[in-house]
Amino acid sequence: MSEQSAAGTSGRPAGRLLEVDDLRVEFRTRDGVAKVINGVTYHVDAGETLAVLGESGSGKSVTAQTIMGILDTPPGFVTGGQVRFHGKDMLRMSNEERRRIRGEGIAMIFQDALSALNPVFTVGFQIAEQFRVRRGMGRSEAKKRAIEMLDQVKIPNAKGRFNNYPHQFSGGMRQRAMIAMSLALDPEVLIADEPTTALDVTVQAQIMDLLAELQRERQMGLILITHDLGVVADVADRIAVMYAGRIVEEANVYDLYAKPAHPYTLGLLNSIPRLDEKGQELRTIKGLPPNLMNIPPGCPFNPRCPMAQPVCREKVPPLLQIGAGRASACHFAEELVNRD
Amino acid sequence: MGRYLLRRLLQLIPVFIGTTFLIYWLVWSVPGDPFAGKCGERPCPDSYVNMMTEKFKLDEPLWVQYGNYMQNLFQGDFGQTWSGRPIGDIIATAYPNTLKLAVVALAIEAVIGLAAGVLTGLRRNGFLDNLVLVSTLFMIALPVFVIGFVLQWVLGVQWHIIKPTVSSEMRISELIVPGFVLGSASMAYIARVARTSIAENRRADYVRTAIAKGLPMRRVVGVHLLRNSLIPVVTLLGTDLGALMGGAIVTEGIFGINGIGRQVFRAIVTKESATVVSIVVVLVLVYLLMNLLVDLLYAALDPRIRYE
Repeated sequence: MSEQSAAGTSGRPAGRLLEVDDLRVEFRTRDGVAKVINGVTYHVDAGETLAVLGESGSGKSVTAQTIMGILDTPPGFVTGGQVRFHGKDMLRMSNEERRRIRGEGIAMIFQDALSALNPVFTVGFQIAEQFRVRRGMGRSEAKKRAIEMLDQVKIPNAKGRFNNYPHQFSGGMRQRAMIAMSLALDPEVLIADEPTTALDVTVQAQIMDLLAELQRERQMGLILITHDLGVVADVADRIAVMYAGRIVEEANVYDLYAKPAHPYTLGLLNSIPRLDEKGQELRTIKGLPPNLMNIPPGCPFNPRCPMAQPVCREKVPPLLQIGAGRASACHFAEELVNRD
Repeated sequence: MGRYLLRRLLQLIPVFIGTTFLIYWLVWSVPGDPFAGKCGERPCPDSYVNMMTEKFKLDEPLWVQYGNYMQNLFQGDFGQTWSGRPIGDIIATAYPNTLKLAVVALAIEAVIGLAAGVLTGLRRNGFLDNLVLVSTLFMIALPVFVIGFVLQWVLGVQWHIIKPTVSSEMRISELIVPGFVLGSASMAYIARVARTSIAENRRADYVRTAIAKGLPMRRVVGVHLLRNSLIPVVTLLGTDLGALMGGAIVTEGIFGINGIGRQVFRAIVTKESATVVSIVVVLVLVYLLMNLLVDLLYAALDPRIRYE
């Protein structure tokens, strides 16, 4: 095991498109302080898809919100780390500088397009608004460009749909419109926060295909946040698994599925229902994610871990590189990867 | 939409008949002698009473009197006061004054109430927020006549900033303070509703989206947030015009405005059913039409609402 720290930390060659470096976020509430992000480090380059995988509450969405600068403050406060875009720390930029990056540098699509789109404006208006406000285009030119965007995300009869309101779209069409809106200014990085969770399974596949296609065409960096291992397999280049506000494993898709290097990842993979085990009880990871106001000492996963040893209750395992392009935050990562 | 409008307009007919009859009956059943004090120190001679009873058909049963009144009303005749003055004249002079006062009040409460609501809704628990919360509590708790007399005395009598009473020309500049007094309670409600609405929508997903699009903050608030938060405020404002006109009686009294309040009061005391009903009928119409307008505005503000 090399003692060099995992991918993306400072000291790496410059030129990363977007990197999150040792990010720390806490939520200060009346009941106490919840440490939601405890040193998250990941990066995405142009033309690459990074999937961020984790249960609800693991901090994957909060990380994305911090990158976008849409974290609700209060209760959320960034207490440490950097978010670098083209090498420049966004957390130290002025509000105006950050605003200019939104939409043009980094764009985001959300889980529930119905609530994420403004109900009282037409879909066309909300897309054309980008061109008018950010590009200074006139009404008719912006409309033309917005219709082109709707066309690109394969909304049939884009021209006729321009004047529809979000509630007049179906779920899948709404998410397509959301994608059109986020891509309007041709961003370099797109963050998709559970883009298919609210959709039917058949529509999910269509949306994922569309995202993958647009990502290839535009050579964007794509951060795909999901809790669905099935969604990830087809489109992601790399996967970062999050648990209790930390990255516990990072690997390319093949390695991660073939030989997970963290017991949590193993548990996730095992809990996918399988056809050849029909009739048997579904396998789950025992226990619940830790209370973020009171994270257990040592490895945060140790109370649920089937492999836990005394050392796991004492030392927090750092995220260490365990091979080319993969890292794990487990004291026994080597053993896990090398077993039979 | 057309059918909805037609149905709503047809609904006005029973409401109109119901309210007018109710008011006619109420004034009719108030005890008292309409001719008391009409003839100086002594009671009116029988000849006068008989003449008036004959002229106004006062010995007919209630429903005949009401029927006659309605018949005349539909021919555009509001009837006469006891002293023979056409009620149409009273309405023509008093209503514009009250309407002007109410519109000024509405404008003031909309501008100040909305501004206070938006500013405090965006920044809750700040100094301004607490100031607005306390001052609106005062406005709601204090009766109109207290606010009216205090402002009249301080601004008009002590500091000479305004004239204590409004002249018969009813200039807009003279109506600002009376309008503020009349609209004070509603202004407080508007501010509070707007504050809650803004604060609620402030955290809405679509606001987050608007920020994520890289829109300037003033556009996020002024376009995306405001448009959604305005819906409950518009309801309140729309239905308030009728309430302001009906409630103007105290404000009109304080500032010496010749509006419908004074006329209604006089008519109730002298049991002039026709005058009371005529004035109230117009008020009822204002209420009903404003309500309809608000419902239509609703659909314009929120495209999810469709009337079939």
